[in-house]
Order: sequence, then C-alpha cells, then structure tokens
Amino acid sequence: MLTYMILTVTVLKGADFMKTDLSWKVGGQQGEGIESTGEIFSKTLNRLGFYLYGYRHFSSRIKGGHTNNKIRVSTEKVQAVADNLDILLAFDQETIDLNYHELHEKGVIIADTKFKPVKPEDSKAELYPVPFTDIASDLGTSLMKNMVAIGATCAVMNLEVEDFSVVIEEIFNRKGGDMVQKNMKAIQEGYMYMQKSLGEKASTLYLAKAENTHKRMFLIGNDAIALGALTAGVRFMPAYPITPASDIMEYLIKKLPRVGGTVIQTEDEIAAVTMAIGSNYAGARSFTASSGPGLSLMMEAIGLSGMTETPLVVVDTQRGGPSTGLPTKQEQSDLMAMIYGNHGEIPKVVIAPSTADEAFYDTIEAFNIADEYQCPVILLTDLQLSLAKQTVETFDFDKVHIRRGKLITSDIEQTDEKDYFKRYEVTEDGVSPRVIPGVKGGIHHVTGVEHDEAGRPNETASNRKQQMDKRMRKLSNLTKRFPNPITVNVPTTKTDLLLIGFNATRGAIEEAVHRLREDGLNVNHLQIRLIHPFPAAAIKPYIDGADYVLVAESNATGQLANIIKMNVGHVNKIQSILKYDGDPFQPHHIYDAGKELLEHVYINN
Amino acid sequence: MSTSTIKDFRNGVKPNWCPGCGDFSVQAAIQRGAANLNLSPEDLAVISGIGCSGRISGYIRSYGLHGIHGRALPIAQGVKMGNRDLTVVAAGGDGDGFAIGIGHTIHAMRRNMDITYIVMDNQIYGLTKGQTSPRSEDGFITSSTPEGSIEKALSPMEMAITSGASFVAQCFSADIKELTATIEAGIQHKGFSIINVYSPCVTYNKVNTYDWFKENLTKLSDIDGYDASNHEMAMNTLMKHNSLVTGIVYQEEKPSYQELVKGYAEQPLAHMNLDLQPELFRELVNEFI
Repeated sequence: MLTYMILTVTVLKGADFMKTDLSWKVGGQQGEGIESTGEIFSKTLNRLGFYLYGYRHFSSRIKGGHTNNKIRVSTEKVQAVADNLDILLAFDQETIDLNYHELHEKGVIIADTKFKPVKPEDSKAELYPVPFTDIASDLGTSLMKNMVAIGATCAVMNLEVEDFSVVIEEIFNRKGGDMVQKNMKAIQEGYMYMQKSLGEKASTLYLAKAENTHKRMFLIGNDAIALGALTAGVRFMPAYPITPASDIMEYLIKKLPRVGGTVIQTEDEIAAVTMAIGSNYAGARSFTASSGPGLSLMMEAIGLSGMTETPLVVVDTQRGGPSTGLPTKQEQSDLMAMIYGNHGEIPKVVIAPSTADEAFYDTIEAFNIADEYQCPVILLTDLQLSLAKQTVETFDFDKVHIRRGKLITSDIEQTDEKDYFKRYEVTEDGVSPRVIPGVKGGIHHVTGVEHDEAGRPNETASNRKQQMDKRMRKLSNLTKRFPNPITVNVPTTKTDLLLIGFNATRGAIEEAVHRLREDGLNVNHLQIRLIHPFPAAAIKPYIDGADYVLVAESNATGQLANIIKMNVGHVNKIQSILKYDGDPFQPHHIYDAGKELLEHVYINN
Repeated sequence: MSTSTIKDFRNGVKPNWCPGCGDFSVQAAIQRGAANLNLSPEDLAVISGIGCSGRISGYIRSYGLHGIHGRALPIAQGVKMGNRDLTVVAAGGDGDGFAIGIGHTIHAMRRNMDITYIVMDNQIYGLTKGQTSPRSEDGFITSSTPEGSIEKALSPMEMAITSGASFVAQCFSADIKELTATIEAGIQHKGFSIINVYSPCVTYNKVNTYDWFKENLTKLSDIDGYDASNHEMAMNTLMKHNSLVTGIVYQEEKPSYQELVKGYAEQPLAHMNLDLQPELFRELVNEFI
C-alpha cells in the first residue's frame, strides 16, 4: 500500500508569498546522477498532489556533457516547459553559465561549494553555495550529494524533509535500512545548512499547498504508449533501438513476459516492421516503434501493409531531422513524411496525441482502427511528448475496449474445397473479412502485387480499379467515427485569433491562450489529434469564423499549416509560428507571436 | 485422422516461370514433402520474397504471403512468433536472400527460429532480365557485368554454418528425390533450416546449366563416413568441393528461439485472449504513482 502524505506548509510569511507554480532545474554532467535527483524530487511532489511537468535536456552521448532536468511544480495542470526558472541546482559551473539567464530576479542558484561556484555578473538571481559533496562525504559517501541538494531545495520551497522518506525507502530499501537512514540524513543536513544560509530571504519561493491530493500518474509519453499497447493486447514487439523511442521497447521487454509475450531486438527497422506485419498477419497484435530515420526505412513495408490490408501500428517519436539531425531534441518535422512517405497510394491513418493520457488511449484506438480498417496506423508523437514526464489522471480501465473488426478465427464451412477464401471481397465499406492462418476453409493468397478478391495476382485494368477503389473507400467515414479528432477550446463566438497545434505544443498554446485572453483578446485554440485523414469538416467552421489563424509547430516549413491550407483553404489568414532550434515551445513564444500578429493587424487597420 | 496428399497442396494456378525453370521442381518438392509429413494445408504458411522464385507462395495451396524484396525471412519469423503452431516455410531467390536480404538471412540463422528457408539459387537475376547476383561466379558475363563479374561469389553454406544455422543443406532441383527428403528433414528440424537449392535459370544463365551441375556436384551421401554433425568435417568438405555438394551439410540439435524465450506462451499468441487482467492493469498503473 502506498501512503499519501499531506504537505504541511508552515505559513511564515503569509499567503501572499505562496507560489502555486514553481520551476526547478537540476544540472550537471551526464552520468552524474542528475536524472535520479530529478526523479526523487518529482515523484515525491507528484504524490503530494502537485501537477508536474519534467523536461530533460540531454546530449547524444553516455557520460559527460551538460545535462539538466527542468521540473515544473504546480497546483494546477501544466503541460509546458515554464518560461522562466525559480530554483537552479548546480553541480558544476557550466550548469550556472548555461542556465542562469532563465532565472528571474527572485530566483536562487544553489551550487556545490566543491567547484567554487561563481555568480555571473549579470545574474539577477542570488547564489547560495552549499557543500553538497562535503556534507555527503562526511555522512559516508559523496554519492549522496544529490540528497543534500534535495534537502537544500526543501528549505527554499518550505517542503518537509519527511515527505521524501517514502520514495527514499522505495529506492534504497533493497540496499538496506542503513542506506535509507543515511540518505534521509543527507536530505536533513542539506535542509539545515540551507535554512541557515537563507535567513529571511527565501520566503518568495515557498510552495503553496496542493489542493487535491488524490492519486495521479506521473509518467513519460513513451511509457503511456507502451502501457497502452500492452492493454490493447500486444503480445509481440519487434523493434530496433533509437532515441527517443527506445523506452517503449524497454518497458515491454520487462512486462510482456508476464502475459506470455516478448520483444525481439531486430537487426534493423526493416526487420522490425516486417516482423510486425508477419505477426499481425498470423493474427497476433504486434507493432513497432521508432523515430524518423527508422520510419524512413520502414516505408516500403508500410506500403505492403496497406496493399495487403494487414493491420499494422507503427509509433513515430519525432526528433530533430533530417538524417541524424538533432537526435535528442524536440521537432515535429515528420508530419508530411508520415502522411505521404510511402510510394503508391494506400489507406493510412495518422494519429497525434498531445498528452500522456491521450497517448495511452490513442495507442489502444490505433490498434482497434488498424484491425477494423485493416490498414497501417501511424501513432505520431514528438520527443517532448515521448520523454517529458507529466502528471495525468489515472488511466481508466473501463474506457478500454478491444475491437478487432471483421476478423475470423474459427473454421469456415467450404462449399468447394479448392476455392480460395475471398480475403479481398469487394464490399460496400471496402473492408473485407479477414481470416488468419490455421483456419480451415480460409486459405487464400496474400501479395503486394495487385490482386483479385482471392488474393491471386491480377493486373487487369478493371480489377485494379475495383481493388484500388475498395481500399481507398475504407477510411471514408473515419473522420466522423474517430473520437475527438480535434480538441476544441473555443468559448467565444468571435475569434480574433485561432491558435492551432498538434502533439506536445498543447500546453504552451493553452498557457499563451490564457494570457492573451487576460489581455482582453478573443483567442481560441484547436489541437489536432487526427492528422490523416484530415478532419477538415470539423475544423473548417472554426477557421471560417476566425479573423486570424496562427499555427504553432516545431519545424521550418509549416507542415501542419500547409495541410490545413490544402484541406480547408483560407490561405491568406493562416500564419505560422515555427520553431526548429531543438527546444520546445514555451508559452511566451506563442504569446509574443500572437500579440505581434494582432498588433500588426491593428496597425494596418 | 485424414491423410494429406500432394493434391491438397495444389491450387491449379499456372506458374509464370519459363519452361524448364528449376523452380517447378522446388514447388513440387515442397508440396510432396508437406503431404509426406501429413501437414494440413491450413497449418502451412509459405512466405516468399520478390523475384521469379518469390511467386512460389502463390502456386502452393496453403496460407501464403508474397511480401517485399528481401524481407521474406523477417515476415516469416513474425508469422512464427504470432503462431508457433504453424509450419512456416520461407522461400525466395539468391538475390532476395543473399543480396538485398542478406542481413536478415544471417540474423535469422543466429536467432534459430523453428522455420525452414528455401533459397532457389540460379546465380543470376531472372525477373529483371539477367543481371549479376552475389552468387554469380568470377568473370560471369551478364547485362550488368558486360566485362565479367569482378566480385567474389558468396558461399551460402559456409556462411550459414558460421552464422549459427542449426540445419544447413544444399540440393539440386533436378534431384527431386533428395530435394523432397531434405525439405522434409528441414521442416522436421527444430530450429532454423536453410536449404540452398541450385535451381537453374534456363533463360539467362548459360554457364550453370543442368548439365554443368550434373558434372560438378558431389552428393554427400556418396562420401564415405560423412557426418553432418561434425562441424569441422562439414567445413573441410565444403572447401574441398568448392561448396558444390548436395545433401545435409551440417545439422546440430539445440533449442530453437521459441524454446529459449522466457515467458513465451505455449499457446499461439494469435489465439490468446487479448484482455489484460484488471489486477495486472492496476498494478502496472500503480508503478507510475
């Protein structure tokens, strides 16, 4: 059983000073325990009932190189990296030099005295040197310097040291009760040292109490996808490692054996996707996950899935491209490639969740759609959604339904033994009955060559047209059947500005919308969840009714904006805010762009 | 229990191979072997690649998938993972298995899944009208090597043994008796079997003809004391005969991939109930709280 502790806030300075939204960043050299520091801090606060959003900055190397983990703590739901920073925990000077500019004037830098930290001349924030390493060494091992740092944080934020005991116990119990006590002691010492250094100064960074302390999950998008796949009935995953998709296979390597399944690390992405196709053809639920470079290799096979009407789910966790590009950085530049990447024309679905909970439910829906429509489904995420750790409401098992469409798994009566089963029977909805190997009376041929109703190669013009039309009409009703193809936040009839995004931009757009509304503007927001087939009919009225449309996306060419223009028109009123420097959108980027656009309009008026 | 006959595996589709093509015999041997093993057509899945020989899955009455060039093996392995009760036969040409798909071939041998891989090796690209293949001999003149091939021909048997295949055999399509028996042995073998079949291309390969093979091939069954379980003997014999031997070259009893996967269900994954137990779901959710 888990114990939930209520944060006890000692109101020393009065409620005016309580922060309801606070950003904390820990930084140092990669491989130095930065990740575990963030993990302990955030896990504890999540259990205290706060909403968290953690985003890691890391490099494509194993050890060394600056890394940091910026964690936002809020009493309300947050899904964006904050504009600025309150607390910076620094394990080296580089962390200070690279990050101090984010701190506001009341922010603090807490740094290990070991590296003799220097406050940059133009730093608005105060520097507090704390002997992380020395205190930890005195307690037995310098490895506990992270705990000392957490303790110092507690003093600044006015958290109870004791609140960390549950998580510390979970982590260190395996190593013996002694280790639990030592680590708790390290937190305590860090707290006391910091408390002394602060005096009266830190009151502005006291964290308000979390109002609602019910259970919530705290996880990265990739874990939500992996858990979604497992819940959807996946029992086999062939995959090839790649950043930022590997967590999905790593999770399933641990969990699949519990339900009789397994993961194969294949020789390449082509093997991964074709194995998944083979396994799905056999009747299992299988999928693979990769990032842009892997998806490029898979395109021919995705075409095979479309042509042979074999269900297939592929996750694309977008990262900075092209080529190796920015493998550990945020980007949303695979959009067009996911829609149009394969040669020839196939029915294909592209779904883009924008939060970890959407990622969970959309993964399950992706498998259902793949089975019902017998076609490939791309579950599109981006690095920020895949790797940012966020607080979400606990997943609801009652909402999970497995639908397999026209799948036949039991023997069929045959009229003529030699007849092939009409696997590609021309039907009104374009979907034909699908039978799996092993079923008596279901024998048919499957080929990527154009084929007749029984799967036999057939190149005649009339057959080609009939089969092509059959395949292409399968998705004609999907935009209507898909649950919530767009997330609509349009409370006003008059729209000065409509903001549109997909995947992880949602949180930053929501905050920008909130601020623009506070400025008295009628600003609305659509987040697109079904990318292809494009839900044009659902989106069009909102665009028709808006004076201006601003599409925020992490790429250099405005791919989503172009898709909207292509499907909905209004070429002149649709503008873009693009970001392709590798960092996620922060609310101010979108707020500023919205302001600039509207002001420009007013000037012209 | 009903008994299968070769007729059960015939679908009446006329192959589009050239008259005299070696692939006809391979098709017949698979059909005959499957009947001899008393397999039911619905329990056999033939997964083929692209090229003349790739069409074979369309000519056998069984479940079958004609995929994309070079990828017959990963598709076949996926089918086996999805339903371990199926008999899975992958088939394709030397271009499919030793050029575009060689990576998969080597890794499939390392992995040792319980499937059978039949390569119809004609040492040339037929369907694209006569270009060189990784199996073409030194100096072989083709439309893509008008001055003769200057790349070394690949040795599939040696490669298979060193890659960890547990059943390595070579056959000649004209010797349908040995071919059928070898395919049966390959299917019965618990683990990955590769059978490289010299299957002459009568249209584009004027060097490695039926007569040429008859003259140059040695049957391992004619070699006194040949022991297919002897790794060293297998390698030495291949070297001595420039790999021009037929029969089971090497066979090793070891657990197949399916037997080694921890936690892998005895029941085919395709037949499993997909619903997660609610208790397990709650446990997994709680790990994130």
